[in-house]
Amino acid sequence: MSQLIDRRPNSKNKSTVNRQRFLRRYKAQIKKSIAEKISKRSITDNKGNEKISIPVGDISEPTFRHDVGGISDTIYPGNKEFQRGDRIKRPLNQGQGKGRRASDSGEGDDEFEFEISSEEYMDLLFEDLELPNLKKNQLSKISKTKTVRAGFTSDGVPTNINVVRSLSSAMSRRIALGAGRRRKLHELESELESLLKGPEADQAIVSGLQQEIESLKQQLKRIPFIDTFDLRFNNFMQKPEPTSQAVMFCVMDVSGSMDQQTKDIAKRFYILLYLFLTRSYKDVEVVYIRHHTQAKEVDEEEFFYSRETGGTIVSSALLLMQETIASRYPPSEWNIYAAQASDGDNWTDDSPKCHKLLSQNLLPLLRYYAYVEITQSEHQTLWDEYESLIDSYDNFAMQHIREVDDIYPVFREFFRKQTS
Amino acid sequence: MSGPISTSAEWTFELIETYHAEIEKIAQHFELDTYPNQIELITAEQMLDAYASVGMPIGYSHWSFGKHFIRNEQQYRRGRMGLAYEIVINSNPCIAYLMEENSMMMQALVIAHACFGHNSFFKGNYLFQTWTDAESIIDYLVFSKQYIADCEARYGIEEVENLIDSCHALQNHGVDRYKRPYPLSMREERDRLREREAYLQSQVNDLWQKTIPKKDQQSDLDTQTRFPEEPQENILYFIEKNAPQLEPWQREVVRIVRKIGQYFYPQRQTQVMNEGWACFWHYTLINELYDRGKVTDGFMIEFLQSHTNVIAQPEFDSPYFSGINPYALGFSMMMDIKRICEDPDEEDKLWFPDIAGSNWRETLDFAMRNFKDESFISQFLSPRLMRHFKLFSILDDESNSELEVSSIHNESGYRHIRQALSNQYNLSMKEPDIQVYDVDMRGDRTLTLRHQPQNDVPLAGTKEEVLKHLHRLWGFAVKLEILNKQGEVINTYSCPEAQ
Repeated sequence: MSQLIDRRPNSKNKSTVNRQRFLRRYKAQIKKSIAEKISKRSITDNKGNEKISIPVGDISEPTFRHDVGGISDTIYPGNKEFQRGDRIKRPLNQGQGKGRRASDSGEGDDEFEFEISSEEYMDLLFEDLELPNLKKNQLSKISKTKTVRAGFTSDGVPTNINVVRSLSSAMSRRIALGAGRRRKLHELESELESLLKGPEADQAIVSGLQQEIESLKQQLKRIPFIDTFDLRFNNFMQKPEPTSQAVMFCVMDVSGSMDQQTKDIAKRFYILLYLFLTRSYKDVEVVYIRHHTQAKEVDEEEFFYSRETGGTIVSSALLLMQETIASRYPPSEWNIYAAQASDGDNWTDDSPKCHKLLSQNLLPLLRYYAYVEITQSEHQTLWDEYESLIDSYDNFAMQHIREVDDIYPVFREFFRKQTS
Repeated sequence: MSGPISTSAEWTFELIETYHAEIEKIAQHFELDTYPNQIELITAEQMLDAYASVGMPIGYSHWSFGKHFIRNEQQYRRGRMGLAYEIVINSNPCIAYLMEENSMMMQALVIAHACFGHNSFFKGNYLFQTWTDAESIIDYLVFSKQYIADCEARYGIEEVENLIDSCHALQNHGVDRYKRPYPLSMREERDRLREREAYLQSQVNDLWQKTIPKKDQQSDLDTQTRFPEEPQENILYFIEKNAPQLEPWQREVVRIVRKIGQYFYPQRQTQVMNEGWACFWHYTLINELYDRGKVTDGFMIEFLQSHTNVIAQPEFDSPYFSGINPYALGFSMMMDIKRICEDPDEEDKLWFPDIAGSNWRETLDFAMRNFKDESFISQFLSPRLMRHFKLFSILDDESNSELEVSSIHNESGYRHIRQALSNQYNLSMKEPDIQVYDVDMRGDRTLTLRHQPQNDVPLAGTKEEVLKHLHRLWGFAVKLEILNKQGEVINTYSCPEAQ
């Protein structure tokens, strides 16, 4: 006797629980690996899975085992020329050729590498972070609506007829209207039958019954198959929806004082911001504005890698941002974020102008403005001017980055969940 | 009915049933005694799932299974690892998983291999009969999964996971080697659970109440006996019964891990035999199927190709070499026993006077029932096979700068090779001999383990980590003493580390 069971349809992903357990347990190591990976990606590239590798030592499952050493007498197959008593040099690589099984617990590899989905990746990367001011602004800036299903109605346009519902209500109406007559009909029919079976049927009664049956049948026939009363229509509603598009302005100083290393640090910061925004918004557009004494909108490649020389006028970039917002990204439809990276250099006279531009024109339009200063040296006028903005605008934040390792902590500092 | 059962490579449920029925007829003809079969079709992903949880269909959740799953999935995706064609569970009914990717031929092979080969081995071999209980394993797994999930809900996932980590570290040292363990049954387990918890706790309390040091009784120090009186090799069992600070639920978790380790103990000791037996039978059954005209020539060619791959033994200097292939060794030995029975030559008559010329069915059945790898090899490995595999032994003595060929496949070497190969499958040689030696009952309750090295093979560096786990279970200091050949302590490791 045997039983044949098709298990394929059920119990998919049985190991999902165990997999999640694994990720949860080694969150700290995985996060570290993620933070290291950040630098190696392009800003807008977040498709597909992410490779993670963590040190094997941390995840080993120790047991009492034998080490190599001591005296062992091991059997091997495939002797060719050996005779008893032959002496052989010990192979240099002790692990190999010793007949030890490739260990399935993976001791021997230094790193345990695996993939996590981009969803898991984001969750880990941005755990405990939230977009500042998101809630507050959402309610006031509802600008888009979305058509959603909202049950059924009894009137509407023909294109929205719901066939199944209409026919089923037609059927119930037919049953309701015909039930009494049909019952009567059955009674009469069985009466007629028993009469006809009987020895002597009274012709008058028979024909009376037949007439009555006939008229009942006619009446039943007249019940319409479908009636306007039966029609049901799909109902749709316009549901207001917070706008789910965002634009992120990357503003960077590309003057001679910014070297490639500083730019790389800035790039990592932008990547984090971009990833973070894509978690909350369906579409995130990125506008790259670079500036020295003049500002220019460029593509990513040029933004990070082309070199310019010259002085620095930050306000030029802010002006360009303001113009771009006015022409392409109306704040009623777009969630606007901006991040500025600079080494702090600015034309001294320009800094107060930046302050004014930000406070009067830009900050009211923006969800958030983050300024990172990447420098080893003293702060200059720009920092001081910006610093005075912090108290009056809660959508403005600034941080100081000294080296690569600061990026992630600084980023977390920017977007830490506000515990109120 | 005549003509082949199928000609296409695609399988269907009807065909699988037909093949199963035909193979069953032949198996009955050969008097194979099996549990009823339960065949389950699964996907590759489900196969990976099953891999991760040591092949069991249900099991408690633990991160380490997730780790194995991730690793296997990774390797499988990169094409570094093929998946087994089947997994078979020692249960009644015997559950066999077939992968949907298999061709019809492969499904038939797997049915012959798993549903009749492994199945009859599970039912017949003395180790499985003694140490496992096919009737109740699934029930017990259900029980343990539920119990551990309950514990997690009550005491927190992390707490339970840490406890299981520690138990896993000692799982191989949680086996009763010499006495028949108590059979598992879910209902009984549950019924007696509460009773046992209370009882266990009272036992432990009793033990420790008596051992609280009393200052005015210093005088009876000299009459003090060790506890345990005899060294105990089952460390987990000792913990379960004697660890002073474990809660009842923790004892139960220790017990669950121990019981599951116990369940796999026979499998670890019969790999060569089990696979050899299954290969022998898929080979015999499918050939008989062919002789009866039930399968086509094409089917047979495909079959022989797979079969040959499975039983291939790469030579020691081949890049594919990864030790002795248990399928190859087992299958060849089974075939060789059959040959010795049917067609013995002079050498066989000299080496195997008992079985030369006997009924091969009965002899093989006897061998299957009454041996494990170690004894099977020392009993049945013939000189002819040693020559066939060109076996030779390498003596690796740490104190010499060179390796020595200690024997080869010739008249003077047969016995040594056979003994050495048998030792290679002796679990007590493969696993370190570590036993619970003493508990300092009058003092600080330090638990002392002793390791007796064999052939001076040292313990791997993981021992300190394992000691930490043991320390977590025991609750007080633990100590591992390494002995030399004379039984003197030459080295001591402690956790927490001695000042």
